[in-house]
Amino acid sequence: MALLECRGVNVAYEPARGQRIWAVRDVDLALEQGEFVGLVGESGSGKTTLGHALTRMLRPPARLESGVIAFDGVDIASLHGEQLRRRRRNGFALVLQSGMNALNPVRTIGHQFGDVLKAHAWRGEDVGAHAIRLRAAGLLAAVRLEPDVLGRYPHELSGGMRQRVSIALALALEPRMIVFDEPTTALDVIVQQAVIQTIKDLQRDRGFTAVLISHDLGVVLEATDRVMVMYAGRIVEDQPASALVRGLHHPYTEALLDCYADPRADVVELGGIPGYPPDLSLPQAGCSFAPRCPLAEDICRAQDPPLSPLGRGRAACHVRARAATIGEEVGSAR
Amino acid sequence: MTIITAMPPPESPGKAAQIPSGAGLQAVPGPLRFLGRALRTLWSNGKARAGLIVLGLIIVVAVFAPLLAPHSPTATSFTPYSGPTGVNWFGTTGNGQDVFSQLVYGARVSLVVGLGAGAVATFVAVTLGLIAGYRPGIVDEVLGFVTNLALVVPALPLMIILAAYLQGRSVWTIVLVVAFTSWATGARVIRSQTSTLRTREFVTSAVFSGERLVRVVFREILPNMTSLVAASFFSAATAAVLAEASLEFLGLGNPDTVSWGTILYYAQQQNALLTGQWLMVFAPGLAIVLLMVSLTLINFGVDALSNPRLREK
Amino acid sequence: MRYVLRKVVLFVLTLWAAITLNFILPRLMPGSPVDAALGKLASAGVPITNAERNAIEIQLGVPHSGLLTQYLEYLRNIATLRFGTSYSFPSQTVAQTIGKALPWTLILIGATTIVAFIIGTLLGVYAGWHRGRAADSSITIGATFFGAFPPFWLGLLLLYLLAFRYGWFPIKGGFSPGASPNLSLSFLADALRHSVLPALTLVITTMSGWVFGMRNNMINTLGEDFVTFAEANGLRDRTVALRYAARNALLPNVTAFGLSLGAVVGGAVLVEGVFSYPGVGGLLFIAVTNHDFPLMQALLLVFTLSMLVAIFIVDLLYVRLDPRVRT
Repeated sequence: MALLECRGVNVAYEPARGQRIWAVRDVDLALEQGEFVGLVGESGSGKTTLGHALTRMLRPPARLESGVIAFDGVDIASLHGEQLRRRRRNGFALVLQSGMNALNPVRTIGHQFGDVLKAHAWRGEDVGAHAIRLRAAGLLAAVRLEPDVLGRYPHELSGGMRQRVSIALALALEPRMIVFDEPTTALDVIVQQAVIQTIKDLQRDRGFTAVLISHDLGVVLEATDRVMVMYAGRIVEDQPASALVRGLHHPYTEALLDCYADPRADVVELGGIPGYPPDLSLPQAGCSFAPRCPLAEDICRAQDPPLSPLGRGRAACHVRARAATIGEEVGSAR
Repeated sequence: MTIITAMPPPESPGKAAQIPSGAGLQAVPGPLRFLGRALRTLWSNGKARAGLIVLGLIIVVAVFAPLLAPHSPTATSFTPYSGPTGVNWFGTTGNGQDVFSQLVYGARVSLVVGLGAGAVATFVAVTLGLIAGYRPGIVDEVLGFVTNLALVVPALPLMIILAAYLQGRSVWTIVLVVAFTSWATGARVIRSQTSTLRTREFVTSAVFSGERLVRVVFREILPNMTSLVAASFFSAATAAVLAEASLEFLGLGNPDTVSWGTILYYAQQQNALLTGQWLMVFAPGLAIVLLMVSLTLINFGVDALSNPRLREK
Repeated sequence: MRYVLRKVVLFVLTLWAAITLNFILPRLMPGSPVDAALGKLASAGVPITNAERNAIEIQLGVPHSGLLTQYLEYLRNIATLRFGTSYSFPSQTVAQTIGKALPWTLILIGATTIVAFIIGTLLGVYAGWHRGRAADSSITIGATFFGAFPPFWLGLLLLYLLAFRYGWFPIKGGFSPGASPNLSLSFLADALRHSVLPALTLVITTMSGWVFGMRNNMINTLGEDFVTFAEANGLRDRTVALRYAARNALLPNVTAFGLSLGAVVGGAVLVEGVFSYPGVGGLLFIAVTNHDFPLMQALLLVFTLSMLVAIFIVDLLYVRLDPRVRT
């Protein structure tokens, strides 16, 4: 059984005044224990919303309108209050974008570890000051931080250090799944590298399922085993990471890959995607990408393509699906 | 390195693809349309709507006082110290004046002083706040110090002493005294907001593109602070209503003016509670409360406008 | 420690500025309060020595030496607490009069501010946490309504209802007539009984400021990332509400403490007037009625100084609350 299974997840934003916006539409996915998955998309694609939905952290005005989110067989979408809170131990965790503000400014790091450990202590588990200090130091060591960080306040640490502390706090829950929401976006490139490496090592050593959300396809390709691409609230492609660098894919994915180039080359061609993302407060007829897609055909505008097999994974594209079944070679529209 | 971009210029938004409205600034609309839009937005907030209705009623009472009051407020032709009767609905004062008519006419002074002093105080606060926030350095430091000083001196005692010194007997003395002691809070807030806005890109770009200082302040910065200025105004007005009533109550205003505060002053002088004129104490006080509550409720709406997190769901 | 140093410097500077302002103020005012002052003193039968006349003139701004000389003498007078003689209480100096009244006000304001702050803050936390629900609405509306009560009006109502009608509390004063202030238990109990109504009035009218401030801060803080992260880590609601949200939301409130203190002092003046409470607020009431300028002047100075000291103390306290200023 998969660790996490989603069926028909729909999330909408309902502001008091204004239109309802469908941020996540009809998402089905399954994650196995130990997978390292990347979730990629542009701003507004729904990736952060999906990440929050998977960890039951949606806040008003966002609402899970329908769908099942089964973690270890239990539909966590139906859990609330204390029941939900308890599930977070040895369950699912969320690490936020930029550890900048993710830590309580008026409590020392050590106290914050204490808060987490005590909140989930089982009966008989030692949560005395000494035990907490030991465990916290161990967690800090796992993210390559010294134990003296425990006595410091968040403002005394650098951005990269704070991000690592956030990861260590999430690890304190001994989770089987961690969703990292844009963990490196606010960091500079060199620190980014270090943090991603830390996440990779942790994932390999501890075996939790990791979901890395990012708008940076490069980071995701480098770190993850499997990549899911989101557009306009839907998953449009789902492939092993190694399969993405060549072959045919969803036109959006291809366009994203086009946006990257070798900075050391003599001549650099920059691609781009013309047009704008769709207005998600309107019902989407057909494929959401059709208005911007170089391969769009009439069927694309009429019918929303389902995720169908493509290569070693799946993609939601009528044209590619047809090519895959017929076996024709369709040149990509570059 | 040569960079070739293959990206075509963006098309104008087509039928299915619309640009979601961004968080950018809009051009400053005409003042009347602006006011209309502000009122409509306030109206949609439950608390603000209640406040607008009550304030509206009080304004109507004040404007139509001669029609609504059964008698002249200053005529001393009635039996003094009488309780509620058919002729004097709320009884009479120790001087034989009709309390109800005084209550109706009193709305005028309270409104004029409250809103007037609030406006003057806000004007001073905005001016000083903009100057201090926009020009860091010595000007800012000096103005900041003066503002802090004005905040440290407690408002009511200062008002009392100023009013006692001035011995001015007109309503405008009160307006000035009240305004003089309440500009500082708003100035501080506006200064800090101006200072924040000053470093934002849209201001920097306006300055770089050569816009004159006055234009930058009035076209770029001020429109982004309207709700803050409005909130300052309503806070100042609320405080001014209370201050005016307090000063009148202490006998520092003109004892001949008819205002809610003076009714209470005479009530205290004439021991109204002991002579059974409880309405003379109860009614004007309640009126003051209602006016202040209405202004505060409107302020809730203004706060919600500027801070989306405070909006009602 | 840069923070503390800065606060000390500000304190000294503002202190000096306030004293100087007090010097300038009467000199800006129209009319001649000196003659009025001397006249009142004379009619109260106080012998006016030349030194006395000098002191009053300096205080009230009659120029008979250069401005700088006056200023220096004024500063000297302040430092030695020579404020002249009030004509409302001609048998003692202004300093003595204020000295007797000050403790009453300090205790009244001190106690009510602490109580109002604690209750107001807790209500604000509760309202902010349960924002949008019935608890929040009722607290907000209640605080709006009661916060709009003019302190003198509420005082009158309470006086009438609880003291006059039902006789639960005494009608006026800080202690029963005839008793002389001492530290005996019976006196303290008597004083306590006399202070209930004034204190109640002050607490009710000043509490709402704290409620709103804290509620707004809570709502803002609840949107912060660290609160979301704390919830994601499965911390209990109470921990998140108090140790994460409220503890941080408190900080801007403390910074703004000084601003609201002015309202408390103003309220105290009115309340003491209504209840004939023997504090400095009541003195101001008397001074104004009698056009007692020396007393008024000195009182303004005392008020300002007390505010300054209180704000300074709170600023120092802030260091304990916010580790970010300790660097």
